[in-house]
Amino acid sequence: MGLFVAQLLTGLANAAALFLVASGLSLIFGVTRIVNFAHGSLYMLGAYVGLTLMNTLPGAFGFWGSIVLAGLVVGLIGILIEICVLRPIYRAPELFQLVATFGVILVIQDLALMIWGAEDRLGPRAPGLKSVVRILGEPVPQYDLALIAITPFILFALWWFITRTRIGILVRAATQDREMVGALGVNQSWLFTGVFFLGAALAGLGGAIQLPKGGADLLMDLNIISAVFVVVVIGGMGSIPGAFIASVLISVLNVFGVAYIPQSTLVLIYVVMAVVLTVRPYGLLGREEKAGEHGQVGEVERPIRPVGTRGRAFVFVLLVVLACVPFVGSSFLQVLITDILIFCLFAASLQFILSSGGLVSFGHAVFFGGGAYAAALLVTYADTPMELALLCAPLGAGLLALGIGWFCIRLSGVYFAMLTLAFSQLVWSLVYQWGAVTGGDDGLVNIWPSAWLSGTTAYYYFTLAVGVGGILVLRHIIHSPFGYTLRATRDSARQAEATGIDVKRVQWLAFALAGTMAGLAGGLFVFSKGSIFPNELEIGKSFDALIVVFLGGVKTLSGGVVGAVFMESIKDWLTRLEYWRLILGLVIIGVVIIAPDGIVGSLRKLGERIGLLKEQESMR
Amino acid sequence: MKTVKTLVAAAALAISATAAHAADTIKIGEINHYKRLAAFAEPYKKGIELGLKEVNASGGVLGKPLEFIFRDDQGKPGEAIKIAEELMTRDGAVMLTGTILSNVGLAISSFAAEKGYVYLAAEPLADALVWSAGNPYTFRLRTSTFVQAAMLAEAAAKTDALKYATIAPNYAYGKDAVEAFKVNLKKLKPEVEFVTEQWPALFKIDAGAEVQAIEAAKPDAIYNVTFGPDLAKFVREGTTRGLFDDRNVYGLLTGEPEYLEPLGEEAPEGWVVTGYPWYDIPAGPGLDFVKAYEAETGETPKIGSLVGYMTVQSIAALITKAGSTETSALLGAFPGLKVETPLGEISYRDVDHQSTMGAFIGTTALKDGAGVMVDWTYKDPEAYMPSDEEIKSMRPAE
Repeated sequence: MGLFVAQLLTGLANAAALFLVASGLSLIFGVTRIVNFAHGSLYMLGAYVGLTLMNTLPGAFGFWGSIVLAGLVVGLIGILIEICVLRPIYRAPELFQLVATFGVILVIQDLALMIWGAEDRLGPRAPGLKSVVRILGEPVPQYDLALIAITPFILFALWWFITRTRIGILVRAATQDREMVGALGVNQSWLFTGVFFLGAALAGLGGAIQLPKGGADLLMDLNIISAVFVVVVIGGMGSIPGAFIASVLISVLNVFGVAYIPQSTLVLIYVVMAVVLTVRPYGLLGREEKAGEHGQVGEVERPIRPVGTRGRAFVFVLLVVLACVPFVGSSFLQVLITDILIFCLFAASLQFILSSGGLVSFGHAVFFGGGAYAAALLVTYADTPMELALLCAPLGAGLLALGIGWFCIRLSGVYFAMLTLAFSQLVWSLVYQWGAVTGGDDGLVNIWPSAWLSGTTAYYYFTLAVGVGGILVLRHIIHSPFGYTLRATRDSARQAEATGIDVKRVQWLAFALAGTMAGLAGGLFVFSKGSIFPNELEIGKSFDALIVVFLGGVKTLSGGVVGAVFMESIKDWLTRLEYWRLILGLVIIGVVIIAPDGIVGSLRKLGERIGLLKEQESMR
Repeated sequence: MKTVKTLVAAAALAISATAAHAADTIKIGEINHYKRLAAFAEPYKKGIELGLKEVNASGGVLGKPLEFIFRDDQGKPGEAIKIAEELMTRDGAVMLTGTILSNVGLAISSFAAEKGYVYLAAEPLADALVWSAGNPYTFRLRTSTFVQAAMLAEAAAKTDALKYATIAPNYAYGKDAVEAFKVNLKKLKPEVEFVTEQWPALFKIDAGAEVQAIEAAKPDAIYNVTFGPDLAKFVREGTTRGLFDDRNVYGLLTGEPEYLEPLGEEAPEGWVVTGYPWYDIPAGPGLDFVKAYEAETGETPKIGSLVGYMTVQSIAALITKAGSTETSALLGAFPGLKVETPLGEISYRDVDHQSTMGAFIGTTALKDGAGVMVDWTYKDPEAYMPSDEEIKSMRPAE
C-alpha cells in the first residue's frame, strides 16, 4: 500500500513539468492553429535560463524567483519568435508555420550550445526542500510534494485567467472561431502574440521547475516533444484541463509501467495514445473541429493540368543529364543523387496524400521505415534474395498503411495528423524495444544488393529508374479519375459524398498508395545503405518529409520533389560548417518568409508577375 | 534583405570550407556526432587535434603531414554512410575513423566491409563491432563493454552481496552491458540472484519511478549502466530517497569525467566504477598527455580526449608500419599493430581486431566538492576477454 501511494505521488510530481509544457503548446495551438514544434526548445531554454539565474540569485527567494523569471524571459523569447518568424506567414496555407518552427529548433540548438557549452548541467536542489518525507514508511522527496502542490495552483490560475478575465474570454472565443473574433474588431495579431507569450512562458516555467529533479542538457528539447504531443493529443488539442488530466495519466502510467513492464515503457505510452484516440478521436476533453472543415483554408488551389511541352522538355533534359552523371561526375555525386532521389520519392508520396488528398500525415516515416524493415527482416531471417525483398518493401508498407489507415481516415484535419503520429510512434517504439527481432537501436546490418547491383553506378541507374518511375506513377494517378475523385473528397467531403463517392474508401486507398510508395523508397534506401536503424521511422524523419513538402509548395504538384532536392542539397553543403544548424535554421526561416507559397508556388507567382508564365485560363 | 545576406554569407563560408585542404597531406576521414552529442564529441575532437599537432611537429607520417577531415553526421547512420563515401572517393581520405554512437559505428563498419575501406571505430561501445558483426575491415580502439563489465563483476564477486538489481538504458549497449555483468558474475559466484532489471529509455529516465522500483526489490547491490543526464537524475533521486545507503553500487563508465564532473558535489561516494582518473596519474606518458592537453586546450581531459589522442597515435603508427596508404598495406599492417600510448603499449589483436586498451577501475569519493576515483588500478583487458575460440565462434565466417 505504501509503495502504491508513493508511486502515485511520483507520477503526480512528474506530471508537473509535463503539464506546464503541454498546456502551453495546447493554448498556442487552440488559438493560433500553429503546431509549434519548437515548444521543446522553449522548455530547454527555460531550464538553461533558470539554471543561470539560480547560480546568481541567492537563497530560497532567488530559487523561486529564478523559476518565475525564467518563465518571463522565455515568454519574451516567444514574443520575439512570434513577431519575427510567425507573423509574416499567418496567411500561408494551414500548418505551413510548422516549417518555420522547425527552423527555430535548429537555431536555438546551436545558440544554446554557443552560450552554455556542451557539458550537461545538474540543476541545484530547492533550498529547504532537500530531503524526504516518510509517507506510510516510503520516502517521498519534499520537492515532489511541492510540485504536486504547485501544479493544481497553476491549473487554477490558468482556469481563472481563461474563464474570468476579458483576455481569457477573447482567447476562448478565438479558440472557437478566430475569424469571428477578428470580425468583431479584436486585434488578432496582438491576441496571438499574447497567447504565444503565455504559452512560451509556461514552457519556460516547466523547464525551470524541473531543474531540481534533473538539469539542463542539449538533448532535452527533442526528448520532451514527443511526450508533450502525446499529452496534448490525449487531453484534446486546445484544452487545458485535458492537458492536466492527460499529463497525470501519462506520468502515473509511466511510473507503474517502470515497475511492472520495465522493458516496454515506450510502447505502453503509445498504445494508450492510440487506444484513446481510436475511442475518443478528439482526445479526452477536446471538441470536434468545426471551423475550416468545409473547403480549403487560404488561397484556393488552382486546378491541375498536365505539364506543357516546355515542362516535358525540361524534365526530359533533366533526365538525360542525370543519366549522364556517371560518365562525368564522381562516384560520390552518384551516391548523393541516389540519396536525393530516394528522398524525393518519399516526399512525393507524402505530397500525394497531403496535397491531393488533404490528409496531413505526421507519421509518414513509418511507411518508409516499415518498407525498409520489411526488406531487411526478410534478408536477415529468411536469406531472401534482394530482388524479392525489395518487392516486399512496398507491399509490406502498403499493408501497414491499409492497417493504420483503417483507424486514421475516420478522422480529419489535425486529429488525423495526430493519430498517424501515434501509430507511427507505436511502430517505432516496437522496433526500438523489440531488440530480439529488430536489433533495436543497433538495427539490422549487412543488407546489401545482389552482385549485379552492387556497384555504385549500377545502383544509381536502378534508383534513377525506380525512383523517377515511382514519382511519375504518382503524378499519373493524380491526373487520373482516381486523382480527381481524391481531390473532390479533399475540397468538399459532403458534396463528394452527395455525388456518390465513397469518401472514406477513396481516402483509405490513397493513404495505402502513399504508404506503398514510401515503402518503395524505404526499400531503395536500405539496399543503398546496407543497414537500417529505428531512426528512419522516427518522428524526425516524418517531419523531414513534411517540411520539404511545405517548403516546396503544398498547393503544387512538384513541391515535394523540388523541396526535397533543395533541402538535401543545401544540407549536404551546410553540414560541412561548424554552425550548420544555425545557418540551416536561418535559411529555412528565410525561405519560409520570402516564399510563403513554397518554392514552387512562389516561383510560379513570380513567373506570372514578370510575364514568363501565363496565368491559367480557368483562374479568371 | 537580412535573409539574403545570410544566404550569401552561408554560401561564401561553404565554398571556403570545401576549398580549404589542398596541400599534399595524408587525409583521414573522421565522422562523428559533433552536434548531436557535443558533450562527448568536443573533448574527443580536441584530443585528435592535440595528437595531430604532435605527430606533424615531428615530421608527420611517411614524410607528409597527417590531416583529419571532420564531418558531422547529425547522429544518423544513413547520413554517416553518405559522408563516408564522400570522404573516401572525393576528399581522398585513405581510411575512416570516428563515431561514438554504436549504431552509426555498425553502419559504417558494414559499409566499410562492403566497399573495402579500412575503418577504425574509435569510441562505439557495442561489442558487436568486433564480435557478432565483426569483419576484416573494422578495428576498434575503445575498451570493450564486456571487459569493463567483467572487471566490475570481479569486484562484485568479492563481496557478500547476493541479490542484485540492474539499471541500464533500454538499447543495445545497455543490454550488452547487463548481459556481460550477469554472465561474468554468475561464473564467479553462481549463487547470486538478479532481483530486478530496470530499463529506462535512453535520456528519458523517470528517475523517481526507477528508484522506487529498485528499492521495492530490496537488492543487496546495484549495477548501474545509465550515463549522461540519466545518471544525474538517477543519482539525485537515489540519494534523496536513500537508495544507495548501505548498498554496494557498481557503475559502468560512471567514473569517466564526462559523467562524473557534471554531478559536482553530488557525485556518489563509494561506488565501484570504471573511468578515467586523469587527476591522479603518476609521472610518465599518462601524465605527459594530461599536461600537454591542459596546456593546449585550457581544459582538463575527458576520456574522450584520451581516445581521440590515441586514435591519432594508432593511425600514425599504422601508416608508418604499412609504409603506404594503400588499403591492402593498411589491412596487412593493422592486426598485431603495436602503439605507444599514454596508457602504455597497446596492440590490435589478430583474433578480433580489438585493441588492448585497458580500463581504470576504482572507487568514487568526494574531493574538494567534486567526484573523483580513488584506490584505482589500471587493468589490462586480456584476462577478462572471452577465449579466442568463443570469439571465433561469434564472429561471422570470413
